[in-house]
Amino acid sequence: MPHSIVVIGGGATGTGTARDLAMRGFNVTLVERGNLTEGTTGRTHGHLHSGARYAVSDQESAVDCMQENRILRDIAGHCIEDTGGLFVQLEGDPDEYFEKKLEDCEECGIPTEVISGEEARRREPYLSANVERAIWVPDGAIDPFRLCVANAADAVDHGATVETHAEVVDVLVDDGSVTGVEIERHGPTYLGKGSEGDIETLQADYVVSATGAWAGQLAEMAGIELKMSISKGAMVVTNVRQLDTVINRCLPKGEGDTIIPHETTVLLGANDDPVDDPDNYPEEQREVDMMIDIAAEMVPVVADARMIRAYWGVRPLYDPDPRSTTDPGDVTRNYFILDHAERDSVEGFASVVGGKLTTYREMSESVADHVCEAFGVDATCRTHEKPLPGSTDPSALDDRMDEFDLRSPIARRSRQRLGDRAPEVLDIDGANPTICACEGVSRAEIQDAIGRVGANLNGVRLQTRASMGNCQGGFCTHRLGAELYLDHERGAARDEIDRLYQERWKGQRHTLWGEQLSQAMLNHMLHATTMNHDADPAVFDDEIDYGAYDSGVAAEGSHGD
Amino acid sequence: MAIESDVLVVGGGISGVTSAVAAARNGADVRLISHKKTTLRQASGLVDGLGYVPGRSQSTDREGSPSQKRRDFREFRDNRSEYWGPLITPFDGIDSLPDGHPYSVLGADALRSGLSLFDDLVGDSYLGGHTEKNALVPTFGGTVKPTARYPRAAAAGIASDNRSMLVAGFRSFTDFDARMVADNLEAAGVPFEVTGAEIAFADLFPADAEVTRFAKALDHDERIDGTPARQALADAVSPHVGDAERVGFPALLGDDNADEVRAELEERLGAAVFEIPTGPPSLPGLRLEDRLYAALDAEGVKYETGCPVVGYETAAGTPSRVETVLVDRSGQEIPYSASAFVLATGGFVGKGLDSDRDRVFEPVFDCHVPQPPDRYDWFVDDAFGDHPYARFGVNPDATMRPLDADGDPEFTNLYAAGSAVGGADVAREKSASGVSLATGAVAGRAAAAAIDDLNLELGTTEI
Repeated sequence: MPHSIVVIGGGATGTGTARDLAMRGFNVTLVERGNLTEGTTGRTHGHLHSGARYAVSDQESAVDCMQENRILRDIAGHCIEDTGGLFVQLEGDPDEYFEKKLEDCEECGIPTEVISGEEARRREPYLSANVERAIWVPDGAIDPFRLCVANAADAVDHGATVETHAEVVDVLVDDGSVTGVEIERHGPTYLGKGSEGDIETLQADYVVSATGAWAGQLAEMAGIELKMSISKGAMVVTNVRQLDTVINRCLPKGEGDTIIPHETTVLLGANDDPVDDPDNYPEEQREVDMMIDIAAEMVPVVADARMIRAYWGVRPLYDPDPRSTTDPGDVTRNYFILDHAERDSVEGFASVVGGKLTTYREMSESVADHVCEAFGVDATCRTHEKPLPGSTDPSALDDRMDEFDLRSPIARRSRQRLGDRAPEVLDIDGANPTICACEGVSRAEIQDAIGRVGANLNGVRLQTRASMGNCQGGFCTHRLGAELYLDHERGAARDEIDRLYQERWKGQRHTLWGEQLSQAMLNHMLHATTMNHDADPAVFDDEIDYGAYDSGVAAEGSHGD
Repeated sequence: MAIESDVLVVGGGISGVTSAVAAARNGADVRLISHKKTTLRQASGLVDGLGYVPGRSQSTDREGSPSQKRRDFREFRDNRSEYWGPLITPFDGIDSLPDGHPYSVLGADALRSGLSLFDDLVGDSYLGGHTEKNALVPTFGGTVKPTARYPRAAAAGIASDNRSMLVAGFRSFTDFDARMVADNLEAAGVPFEVTGAEIAFADLFPADAEVTRFAKALDHDERIDGTPARQALADAVSPHVGDAERVGFPALLGDDNADEVRAELEERLGAAVFEIPTGPPSLPGLRLEDRLYAALDAEGVKYETGCPVVGYETAAGTPSRVETVLVDRSGQEIPYSASAFVLATGGFVGKGLDSDRDRVFEPVFDCHVPQPPDRYDWFVDDAFGDHPYARFGVNPDATMRPLDADGDPEFTNLYAAGSAVGGADVAREKSASGVSLATGAVAGRAAAAAIDDLNLELGTTEI
């Protein structure tokens, strides 16, 4: 019997760890309290670091980033856009730091190229006239949603079980050893298993907490004190893609000075402010304004760009020596495997903390190595050489797209999103109309996503990008609901429409000025005026006395003669 | 030389047309100019008066910044302030509206006169004027909503009618699933049997064809695979009709010949036929737009569309009086002068209100728009909550003159109407068209009356 391992946390590190352990033959169960990516992973900047950002201040992280950057390009090409990155020096920015950045990149094995301001503007015409020169580095954009789903899917293909909407409410400790976890279901899993309120025990020979910013809370359930140094960062999303390259400011102590193109948008971010509770911290106007103002110094057009929403994430930082730093920007981006047997005399339990999205695989490998060591299992890691599902040769699909009745931009985007799953997904009976016009998502993709995540429109969004464009779901939330109506219980579609509409509002409210405020009003009119969603009599209890209203009969009569 | 008229209406939506006609009927020579015609393309074509009085929160429902803390949609539903409604008549609720609401400022008779002007302008293409009661009509979200006037095409769908109903949807038309609409209507407790059926008719059109494409095919009874469109549609629906006495479709049953299309379908199906208004582009909205512009012609109002107003000038020595507005015609700024002006440029959707990170403003005359100074106090955390932004607009006196921050008229001869006017949350109240009609009727009359006053004044001066 293989050893059973529970991995807690459905982000990049958790799914990566589940994949690695499953590939090494363990009996793995991954538990996540919400949907996959719902914690920090789904709220990152999506920056595939070259390590240049940390080359001066945190070389260990820089070296790791570059190494993993190379590996991810091999195993997860379909989740990466090879944008390249520029560290720009603006008029007045210190030459010494620019030179130091170059030297230290070289020391860390990060390829660089120095280009002039003119050349930088030739590549990115919206760059400020104040850009004097820039360092090109192999940064990129990475889609954390697809990355995470691909890892989870491969874990499942290697025999793992994934329990979504299952929150760990207790870590079971017996005589100094962890024996499993107790979960409470917040709803059925993506496979429809279980229901809300169910409490279950999952026995395990070993438990890995890959819960990042939440690691302190998990450790506490096992009676362990673990103090994280978490910090929040805001990211602001533009409605069009003004740039094709990742832009960083070449300054020490950069905060909020990274601009990353993603799909049809550009993300501005992120500040670095300490918070106490990863589930409850303020989302502040000054942060949104700061992101725009800082980005506008490098790329002036963003000052007048239409922003469609803002979102916040919390960094899972861990400071092994908290007395040495006061500023969260100084906390190392390195990762740590905390063996709770060694550290706290609790056997069968480890937490993996710190790190970056870019280094998720290496973190997973390290913690899997650690588990192998604990059981004396001799199994080597293969996650760096085995491509993730969907990554093999998407170009081979080009000529098959017409078969599926997709207009070309939609076809292109579908193919990018689906990789080699495209033919399988797009082959549906009947018409394949566009459901989300902003992001070009067709019925076939929506139906496929519903098949994978169930009656969960937010999950559908993460898989397809539906509702993530200009209108922020105003024009498609109800359409998405109609797509899931048929195969789910009465009321589920109506509830999911409300849930997604509220979720979209959460980010959109931070960018309510200019065109986005007009859009918000239009959405409000469509949903409240035209559909009466706000006062839906099917949702609210008051019974309507239909007989008291205009019955139309008199109207018919009076106009009949 | 400026182009002259007695009353110049800026903006061409329901409120602009209403105020233009009201002014013309009071003897003024009226001209209407607008950037775009209307936002009716985005509206349902239903003419709401007042359907609900939603509770007001005193301020945003939080202290300081919004929080990352997640709140379930059920929590929002449970905590949403009370709604009074659906109101049996719009007039039931007017006394319960807060002080700054246009209906509170103008009184119930303004709404009555606005609605009656509307009835007059659109003739028998709209129903509902036989009673003060609201009608409950099915929406494409599967709810019912209270409205004051409804297009003839929607009449057979009224929810207070006990006839059994079939809702028909098209598989390639994505705005709703007819089975879901039927199911939701049942959950809303409607007093009739209702079923839904999705049919394949629209699959004969290219994917993503707009509703206007279907409407045109039905208008002209184009042949689809050899069968005339109306017959093809009836053939596709008839197996599902069963005992249903009325059949509802998404609103795409013809445009110019909509009555004819509906009549033919009714005959072929042996059941009454009606439309359920959908999202943009909305054919009932576009049809209403046509009606309103035909009415402008009939009332002798000159109008020009496609020309934005880009500025205004006051007379030398009388900064409180608008003398001309500057109209952008193909890049040239042409002055238009008038004795009185009506601001009917719309709200955020129609661009009659604009904003940046620091403030909300009215871009033509820069009239005062009351607002909290902090952008994060413009909204609340419930998407359907009591959003201050939804109520932004100019603050009028009882003759619809926008007031400045001190409560004095911005200009002596400027009146405002429609969504540019603040104080109403028209979306939650289901009062959008009613507010436009009431404010339009008052603003138009007041503008025309101001001409008389002015002529009197000028006459006196000359003597």
